[in-house]
Amino acid sequence: MEMVKNAAGRMVPVEVNGEKQVPYMGIGKHKPAGTKAKPSIKTCADYPEDGNKIKASLKDALVASGLKDGMTISTHHHLRNGDVLTNYLFDVIHEMGVKGIRWFPSASFPCHEHLIPYLEDGTIHHIEGSMNGPLGKYTTEGKMAGIGILRSHGGRYQSVQDGEVHIDIAVIAAPTADPFGNATGDRGPSACGLIGFALADSEYADNVIVVTDNLVPFPCVPWQIQGNNVDFVVEIDSLGDPSKIVSGTTQVTKSPDRLLIAEYVADFIEAAGIMKDGFSLQAGAGGTNLAFALFLKDKMKQKGVKARFMRGGSTQYLVQMLEEGLTDYILDGQTFDLEGVRSMRENANHVNTSPFTSYNYHGKGNFASIIDAVVLGATEVDINFNANVVTHSDGYLLHGIGGWQNCLFGKCTILAIPSFRDRIPVIVDEVTTLVGPGELIDVIVTERGIAINPKRQDLLDAVKDSGLPIKTIEEIRDEVHQICGKPEPPKVDKSKPIAIIKWVDGTVLDSVFQIIK
Amino acid sequence: MESKIISAGKRGDKIRSDCYIELEKIDSGINIEIKSKVNAMYGNTLREQVKRLCEFFELDKIRVYVEDFGALEATIAARFELAVKTMFPDITKDFLPDFHPENHYGTTKDKLRRSRLYLPGNEPKFYPNAGLHKPDGIILDLEDSVSPSEKEAARYLVRNTLRATNFYKAERMVRINQLPMGLEDLDFIIPHNVNVILIPKVESADQIKQVEEKILKLKNEHNLSNDVFFMPIIESALGVIKAYEIATASKYNCSLAIGLEDYTADIGTQRTDEGKESIFARSMLVNAAKAARLQPIDTVYSDVANMDGLRESVLEAKNLGFEGKGCIHPRQIKVIHEAFAPDSSEVEKAKKIVLAFDEATKKGIGVVSLGSKMVDAPVVKRAQNTITLAILNNLLPENWKELN
Repeated sequence: MEMVKNAAGRMVPVEVNGEKQVPYMGIGKHKPAGTKAKPSIKTCADYPEDGNKIKASLKDALVASGLKDGMTISTHHHLRNGDVLTNYLFDVIHEMGVKGIRWFPSASFPCHEHLIPYLEDGTIHHIEGSMNGPLGKYTTEGKMAGIGILRSHGGRYQSVQDGEVHIDIAVIAAPTADPFGNATGDRGPSACGLIGFALADSEYADNVIVVTDNLVPFPCVPWQIQGNNVDFVVEIDSLGDPSKIVSGTTQVTKSPDRLLIAEYVADFIEAAGIMKDGFSLQAGAGGTNLAFALFLKDKMKQKGVKARFMRGGSTQYLVQMLEEGLTDYILDGQTFDLEGVRSMRENANHVNTSPFTSYNYHGKGNFASIIDAVVLGATEVDINFNANVVTHSDGYLLHGIGGWQNCLFGKCTILAIPSFRDRIPVIVDEVTTLVGPGELIDVIVTERGIAINPKRQDLLDAVKDSGLPIKTIEEIRDEVHQICGKPEPPKVDKSKPIAIIKWVDGTVLDSVFQIIK
Repeated sequence: MESKIISAGKRGDKIRSDCYIELEKIDSGINIEIKSKVNAMYGNTLREQVKRLCEFFELDKIRVYVEDFGALEATIAARFELAVKTMFPDITKDFLPDFHPENHYGTTKDKLRRSRLYLPGNEPKFYPNAGLHKPDGIILDLEDSVSPSEKEAARYLVRNTLRATNFYKAERMVRINQLPMGLEDLDFIIPHNVNVILIPKVESADQIKQVEEKILKLKNEHNLSNDVFFMPIIESALGVIKAYEIATASKYNCSLAIGLEDYTADIGTQRTDEGKESIFARSMLVNAAKAARLQPIDTVYSDVANMDGLRESVLEAKNLGFEGKGCIHPRQIKVIHEAFAPDSSEVEKAKKIVLAFDEATKKGIGVVSLGSKMVDAPVVKRAQNTITLAILNNLLPENWKELN
């Protein structure tokens, strides 16, 4: 396979699954011109006047959508590890004998291990989304027919808008919907909060099928997905396992080391002068990030500071901040626990948003770059502040990108990570897979100290007398090597890329290679 | 040939940072099999280490099986050595990992001992990061947190940890077993720069003297010059009655600690939050320690989730005269340090005394006075400690004298 070196110095294929690729050119360098992809024109005269778009079964809806070999089918990860619908969808497609599907999920979860037989028998040709857990192992061992493509949430929107991915059929899981196709995620037995990741699909796909286990008479209010974009509605018994869709309660980490990291993050945000009236913040739902929010909340209370908005992943902890008046708004991208779902339903200042508002490369500006500080995780960070979130240091695909790449555009990007995990160094000489360019990553907070990107002299100056354990990233790396020993590089076949990593603009940032067993 | 398999270490789904090792005599050669969770990154490193260990112990005709869960080198070496010495009791030489370059510091009798963090002596996953939480001391525990079947394994692990793991300037402590077993523990720890030995369940001065004698003997044998101090722990009615005798049994005693779980059982009652049942014992201990010029150290607070309860408990201990508290979770350390911090009036008073002392020293006057009042040497010492605590808790800048 022909490979070239891109602007980040990584080897990437020039063609993937028969499509020509643009190698990564640098941040903000690739600016496609022309017109965005256009959805086909539909006419209301072709839809039932009484607004009833119900089909008797998912199979009927797929037939009516003209399902055939080689099509692109999209699904969404709102149901997370409780998703039953996607597995059922491919059971139906398999029964219909359709082959060579390009599956375009917004993310996959371990529950999708169910789909491995369909990758083996050719029902699914390849995945463009994330390849977690068992799917990641399957892909990394070189078993998938096509090459996997990993995109950020924003990159997914971009790929639809510039025609890189044309969706033939979008299947949208809707915790509540009406027969017209209006749909919402904030209520119903499978409530997941919001279903914003399906927005682009609902607007651009040729055929849109809404599947619900809670059909209500028209109108379904609110309509996070607009029925005017929907072709068919299908009712099934259950979309998924509610206990795995959202956590009952998200748990703060109990690990003393993770709590120390979280405390350092909060200390840093205060010492760097970021925590002041009207500031904004984004934090994920990992245990460390939740703990950080708690520490910061105490500081905000003590100092009488109020934020303008918090960007979620919302959890009970962000909801508490909203309800205690410590922030004016939550702008929510996805909802992680039941308190988050409740708050979104009840509180007008808990706003549901789609990847378009924050993350889309082809948007006229993005919320992501307005945010004062964003706290994220990573599987590896190297001494040039480059970071990895998709592979393990052993070379196996492990996680999707999610909104991670898009969040790097915040004003201060902080990665809160342990310096090593069970002898596996997290601070390394060179990342196994490049997912985030170091020039966008400002601060690395570990239990062994805080490393600030030398490009951010302003931050270095701001915290120099804070008493915080500021170190160089090389010092932390050396300490990790002293403890763990120097790791051997992963054993991969550099001539066989099994997946590529897209940058937010659609260019190819890096390749993931086949493991040598 | 007998074909007996000897094993050491731990394995299972929940095991982290540890390993399981099997040895078996075979007819010829060395046969090494390794399964590791970190095989991709450390497979070769692991194999090399096992080969080096076989060479060191001059093993041949042996099958070595390692199941590794991300254990660090010092842990692997400890597990391996235990297996070797179980299989070949005649082997006496020890495989000692290199000393971490930061681990050579000593200690002093009157060092601050506000917090001491207990770590179970056979749980390697807790060691590399313990010092990052900044306790005044880290205790590697050979006693109550180690089950009888793991006592020997813990000795090798604690020895290797004293050498190879960075303690990040925390005082290096080991709690030995109750005597006489505790005397054997000393062989494994004294040559490896331990700062303080915690002696459990002390009931007589003689027990302290036995420890002292054994340590002096080991120091002679190994040609060691570092001071090793003792913290006797009193955990029984008899120990409480003999507290002063115990406190004055050795010039190496630095602190006197109380353990209330065993004490309350001994007097036939139960620990309560209020603590009325132990007020006599704790006051007796404070009094004995102060009379012998030692630091009185309070028991642990065992509800790790209740930080408010911990804070109250430390404030109460401080009011009784205690100067330190045991911790069983790293998150307790900061709370303990904050609670032992002096309040602003204490700091102001201490500043005046220290400045008066400086003034007197400068003028060459032997007598320190504040206004019309004379200030005794112990009061000066206490004021200096208060200043140290204030600086440690960021209540006072280090250069406060210049700013004054």
